[in-house]
Amino acid sequence: MKHAGNVEAETQPASRLRAIFTHRAIWPVIALALIFLVDGIISPGFFQIRVVEGRLFGNLIDILYRATPTALVAIGMAVVIGTKGIDLSVGAIIAIVGAVITWRIHAGDPHGLVLLIALAVALVCGLWNGFLVAVLDIQPIIATLILMTSGRGIGLMINLLYGGTNPSFTSPFLQGLSVGHIGLIPTRLVLFGAIFLALWLLVRRTAFGLLLEAVGGNPAAARIVGINARLVIYSAYLISGFCAGWAGVVLAADTHTSDPVSIGLYVELDAILAVVIGGGSLAGGRIYLGMTLLGVLVIQALTTSILTSGLPPEYNLVVKAVVVLVVLLLQSANLRAALYRMFARAKP
Amino acid sequence: MTARIEMTGVSKAFPGVRALDGVDFRVEAGEVHALMGENGAGKSTLIKIMTGALRGDGGEIRLDGRPVQIGGPGDAQALGIGAVYQEVNLIPTMSVTKNLTLLRQPRRFGLIDWRAARERARERLRRLDVDIDVERPLGSYSVAVQQLVAIARALEDDTRVLVLDEPTASLDANETALLFKIVRDLKARGLAIVFITHFIDQVYAIADRISVLRNGRLVGCAPTAELPPPQMIALMLGRELERAEERTAQTPSAVRGEPILVAEGVGRRRLMQPFDLSLRAGEVVGLAGLLGSGRTEVAKLIFGAIKSDSGAMTVAGAPVGAASPGRSLHLGIAFCPEDRKAEGIVAELSVRENIVLALQTKRGVFRRLSHSEQQALADNMIEALAIATPDAEKPVGQLSGGNQQKVVLARALASEPRILILDEPTRGIDVGAHAEIVALIRRLCADGLGLVVASSELDELVAVSDRIAVLKDRRKIGEIEERAINRQTIIDTIAGPSS
Repeated sequence: MKHAGNVEAETQPASRLRAIFTHRAIWPVIALALIFLVDGIISPGFFQIRVVEGRLFGNLIDILYRATPTALVAIGMAVVIGTKGIDLSVGAIIAIVGAVITWRIHAGDPHGLVLLIALAVALVCGLWNGFLVAVLDIQPIIATLILMTSGRGIGLMINLLYGGTNPSFTSPFLQGLSVGHIGLIPTRLVLFGAIFLALWLLVRRTAFGLLLEAVGGNPAAARIVGINARLVIYSAYLISGFCAGWAGVVLAADTHTSDPVSIGLYVELDAILAVVIGGGSLAGGRIYLGMTLLGVLVIQALTTSILTSGLPPEYNLVVKAVVVLVVLLLQSANLRAALYRMFARAKP
Repeated sequence: MTARIEMTGVSKAFPGVRALDGVDFRVEAGEVHALMGENGAGKSTLIKIMTGALRGDGGEIRLDGRPVQIGGPGDAQALGIGAVYQEVNLIPTMSVTKNLTLLRQPRRFGLIDWRAARERARERLRRLDVDIDVERPLGSYSVAVQQLVAIARALEDDTRVLVLDEPTASLDANETALLFKIVRDLKARGLAIVFITHFIDQVYAIADRISVLRNGRLVGCAPTAELPPPQMIALMLGRELERAEERTAQTPSAVRGEPILVAEGVGRRRLMQPFDLSLRAGEVVGLAGLLGSGRTEVAKLIFGAIKSDSGAMTVAGAPVGAASPGRSLHLGIAFCPEDRKAEGIVAELSVRENIVLALQTKRGVFRRLSHSEQQALADNMIEALAIATPDAEKPVGQLSGGNQQKVVLARALASEPRILILDEPTRGIDVGAHAEIVALIRRLCADGLGLVVASSELDELVAVSDRIAVLKDRRKIGEIEERAINRQTIIDTIAGPSS
C-alpha cells in the first residue's frame, strides 16, 4: 500500500502537468499571453483601464469591443462547422442587414420594429442557406458562396429602394445597442454575453450539441439512429444567420450608414480562423464555443497590438498570418508528436 | 532452416495499454500461417509493425535471416512485404488501373504512360486469374473483386511476405474458394502468407500453422494438424468455450402472443421483391441467404432506412405508414447496421455519447439526459456487453472493431426497443465476443424482445432462430419453422428450384 501511495505521489504532478499541456486551450492561451507580453514591453501603459465619462476605457476593453462582431459571427460559424458545413455568407448577411436597417429607417418604421425586421431578414438568409444545404444537398461551401457573392449586390439594390443618395441614418435606439454602455460596460459586450450564454445553453444544456455533433461526425450513422439531420442542419444555418445578423446590427449602428461594399468584409475568414484556432476541425463533429471565443481574442488582440505598437500597418496582415500559422502548427498532432519524441529523446 | 520472416521479442505499448509483450512470430517460405486471437489480442498491432504502419518499442525483425529495419510502409514494400487489410483501402471512384498504379506509375517522357499502366494492371490481375475491364471504376465491381484487386496491388514481382487481414470477411462461399485457390498458388510460389480471420473453419481449410495471441502475448504456435479447434479456441479465450452453435431446441421457447410486427408485400423496385414477414414477442426470425440475396435490404426496409415503394407494415397492430429511422425509433424498433464504420459509430464522439445517442434522440432535444444519467447508462452497457475500453470518455474511433460493434449494439439496446434488427451482428468479431452476443440475443428474447437477425453465418442463424426466412436473388423464397431448422434445410431451400 505504502509503495502504491509513493508511486501515485510521484506520478500525480507529472500527470497534472501533462493534462495541462495536452488541454486544447493551452496553445491559444499561450499565444494570447505572448501577444500581451510583447504589448506590455513595447507600450507600458497597454493594460491601463480608466473610467472616462462613466465608461471603461483602455486597450483591453478596446480589444473586446472591436472583437464583438467577429465573435458573434464566429460562434455561429462554430455551430455550422460542427455539422461539417461552412457559412461563407456571413459578411454578405451583415451587408444586407445594414442595408435593410437604413432602408426601413428611411421608410419611417419605429426603430424597434426595424431591429426585428433586420433580424428576421438575417434568419431568412440562414433559412436559404439551410434549404440549399439540407434539402437540395448542395455542398455547404458552394451553397453559401451563392449568398456570399450575391448578398452585397442585394444590399446595394436595397439602397436603391429609397434613392440611395444618402444611405446614412441616426437612431439613438440602435446606436445604443452598439456603442452605448450599461453602467461601465459597453452594451454590445453585455448583449454579446447574453447571446453567447443562450447559445451555450442550447448546445451544452440541451441535447442539441450532441445531436449536431453526431450529424457532423457521421451523417449516415446519425440518420440510422433516427436523428432529423435536416432539421439539425437547418438550425445550424439559422443560428449562424442570426449571429451574423446581430453582428450586422452592431456594425451598421456603429457606422450609422449602409455600406454593403465594405461592411464586414472578410469577416467570414476571421470567423473560420477563430474556430480553427479554437481547435475546431473543418471535418466537423465537434463544437467548442468557448475555445472559438479564445480564437477571436487572439486574432483581435494581435490586430489591436499591431496598431498600437506603431508598426507600419502594411505589416499587419503578414504578422497576423505568421502568428496564426504558429498557433495552428502547435496544434498539429503530428508536429506535437514529433516535438514530444525529440523532448523524450533529449531526456536521458 | 531460416524463416522467411522472423520477429523476435516484439513489444508495443500504447498509452494505458500494452498491446504487444515480447512476441515471437515466424513464418516460413511456402507456408500459410494463421494468426489468431480475440479482439484486442494484438493481431493488428503485430501486422502493423510487420508492414511498417507502426514502429515496435523493441525486438528484432529478420527477413531470410538478415536483420531489417522497417521504418515505414515504404520500407516494408521495398523489402517485399505486402499487405491487404480488412477494410479495403482502395479508391472506389477511380478505375482499376489507377488503383493499381497509385504507388508506382510507368512513365514515358516524364508523363504517366497510361497504356503501359493498363497493360501492367491486366498483367497483375492475370497472375491471380482475374479477367476484368480495368478501365471501369473499382466501385462498380463486387466486394470480392475489389478484394482481389487489393491483393493484386499488394503483390509485386519480388513479394516475399503477404499479409491477408480478414480477406474473406465479406465474401460468400464461392468467392472464398476462389480466394483460397489463389492463396494456394501463391504459397506454391514460395510466398510466406500470414492469414488473419475469425472464421475457424477457414483456418483449418487453408493454414499450415497457427499462432495464437492473447492479451499481447504469444500463447501458442503449432502446425494446424496438432492444434484442433477446441484447443485453439481454448488458447484464444483462455477458457473452454461452450459450443454456441448447438441448437437449444429443448429450451422452452419464449415466443408468445400476437405478432408485434407484420410486413405485407413490403419491397422496393430493383432492390427487393415484395415480401411478407411477421415477428412475435420473444421470437427470433433469421434472414438467411447468400451475399447479395437481399438480407440487408429486408432489414433496412423494415427499419425504414430504405424507403419501400410497395406494401404496408403494422407494429403492435397499428399501421406504420411511411417507415423511417426516426419513426422506427419512436415505435421501438432499433437497428444495428452491418457496416459499423460507415453507418454505425460516430468516431470522434466518446463511447458514452455514442451509447446515449439513440435514447437521447428518442427523448428529443430538450429532454437532455443529465451527465450522470448518461454516465450510468454507459457504464451499465460497458459492463453488460464487456466492452473493452479504459473509460466511457474514449473516442469510439480508437476502440477495436469488435468493441465498436458492441457500442453500436449498446446504443440500440439503450433506446429500449421492442423490436431489434441486427444485420451481421458478429461480423469481424472473434469467437469469445461471438458467444457473448449469441447469449445476449437469447436473454433479450426471454425478456420479450422481438428480434430479426440477418447473417451470412448459417451456424449462427441455426443457433438463435425460431424461424428463418430464406432469401435468394432479392426474393424471399421460403420460411423454415422451428423443428426443421438446421444447416441442411437452409442450404436445400437456397439450392432448390426457384419458382
